Amino acid sequence: MPTLTVEKSNFICQPGESVLDTLLRENINIPFACKKGTCHSCMIQSKNDAPPNSAQVGLKATLANQNFFLACQCYPEQDMHLKLPDQSEFYRMGKVIVNKLLNRNTILLVIAFEDAFEFKAGQFVNLQRPDGLTRSYSIANIPQEFNTLEFHIRRLPGGKFSEWLHDEVKVGDLIAVSEPRGHCFYLPERHDQGILLVGTGTGLAPLAGILTDALRHGHNGPIHLFHGSREAEDLYRISEMHQLAEQYPNFEYTPCLSGSTVPKGFAAGRVNDIVAAKIPELKNWRVFLCGHPEMVNQMKFQAFLKGAAVADIYADAFVLAAQQAN
Amino acid sequence: MSATLYERIGGEAAVNAAVELFYRKVLNDHRINRFFGNADMDKQIAKQKAFFTMAFGGPNNYTGQDMRNAHAGLVKMGLNEDHFNAVMEHLGATLVELKVPNDLIAEAAAIAESTRKDVLGK
Repeated sequence: MPTLTVEKSNFICQPGESVLDTLLRENINIPFACKKGTCHSCMIQSKNDAPPNSAQVGLKATLANQNFFLACQCYPEQDMHLKLPDQSEFYRMGKVIVNKLLNRNTILLVIAFEDAFEFKAGQFVNLQRPDGLTRSYSIANIPQEFNTLEFHIRRLPGGKFSEWLHDEVKVGDLIAVSEPRGHCFYLPERHDQGILLVGTGTGLAPLAGILTDALRHGHNGPIHLFHGSREAEDLYRISEMHQLAEQYPNFEYTPCLSGSTVPKGFAAGRVNDIVAAKIPELKNWRVFLCGHPEMVNQMKFQAFLKGAAVADIYADAFVLAAQQAN
Repeated sequence: MSATLYERIGGEAAVNAAVELFYRKVLNDHRINRFFGNADMDKQIAKQKAFFTMAFGGPNNYTGQDMRNAHAGLVKMGLNEDHFNAVMEHLGATLVELKVPNDLIAEAAAIAESTRKDVLGK
């Protein structure tokens, strides 16, 4: 069984364990969140040989060349010497300038930076609490001169991180923010292509960024946004979206409610059923999906069967906080 | 040295083109779509790519035992000869649609056919 060496300590990697599993079992303090290779929170560096390729999927070439890898995706075949990176290499401090309610359980959090923060609308970052607890959140705005990032954060019952953001973080506080990640974003090309955006809950965040970006680039193909939740009180930005739809004739907005009370102006049913009924085919469309994992997976199949190419389907499934908290 | 079937048929680009056509056919076929539609779609697409790479004689490390293990759960769900035949139908139709020459289709079909016993756990 391979031995992992961190500074002067040695740990045995048991069969079936990832490097992250071993380090956590040995109570080594290492940040992590999704355990699926998506969030990159657990990135560490190999000081001897190159790590297995499968542990470097999705990393920037510059990081992969320096033998950085994702501890959660690494099942070592030989002994490894590890360096746990100084987190300041990947995190910058930003200042909270807005923390207010968007609806009964979701806040708008805006973080400002002194220097330019480069990202693409629709990407996500990791936020880190001073004790190292880390969570991924999608950016809801587009890059602009004020160097701010906007987030929509829903309070999850028992969610350690969201409760901290809701209850304790105040305007003026500093918070650590990682580099932007993720490949779910708008590319300014094929301007006449149809764009379908489907989100549940705070899945609206990256979709709102993508929508703003596409409109700003003069995208003139049809753009449909479907935003779903159970009750009207769990949706937000409803009037802003209606306003955008009036302003841009190619943009259509459909708020959807799956609960039993459906006021006028909302479509009744689960968001994927409503999309299925309203959009007959998706050949040559670009599709962006974000929110509940089951909705995202079903919509992927649906979009594909209606003709969207696999390469044109972009998805960000939420990693549930219950899984993150484990 | 003569080119392999995988090279003659068009390599990875041909695999990618074939997978989308094939997978849509399979998901629309009520005889067999329950064997293909449950898991994560990206994982399913990756599996179909592996299937086509193998059928085209491309680089793969499958053993008969891998095939048995991978399909054991489906055999429990009732996977049988008829379902295998339906998949072979869609494989052929996909390659015809992509205008692959008949002799190459026959070669690919023969490779896929050679996995029948392992896939069905016989």
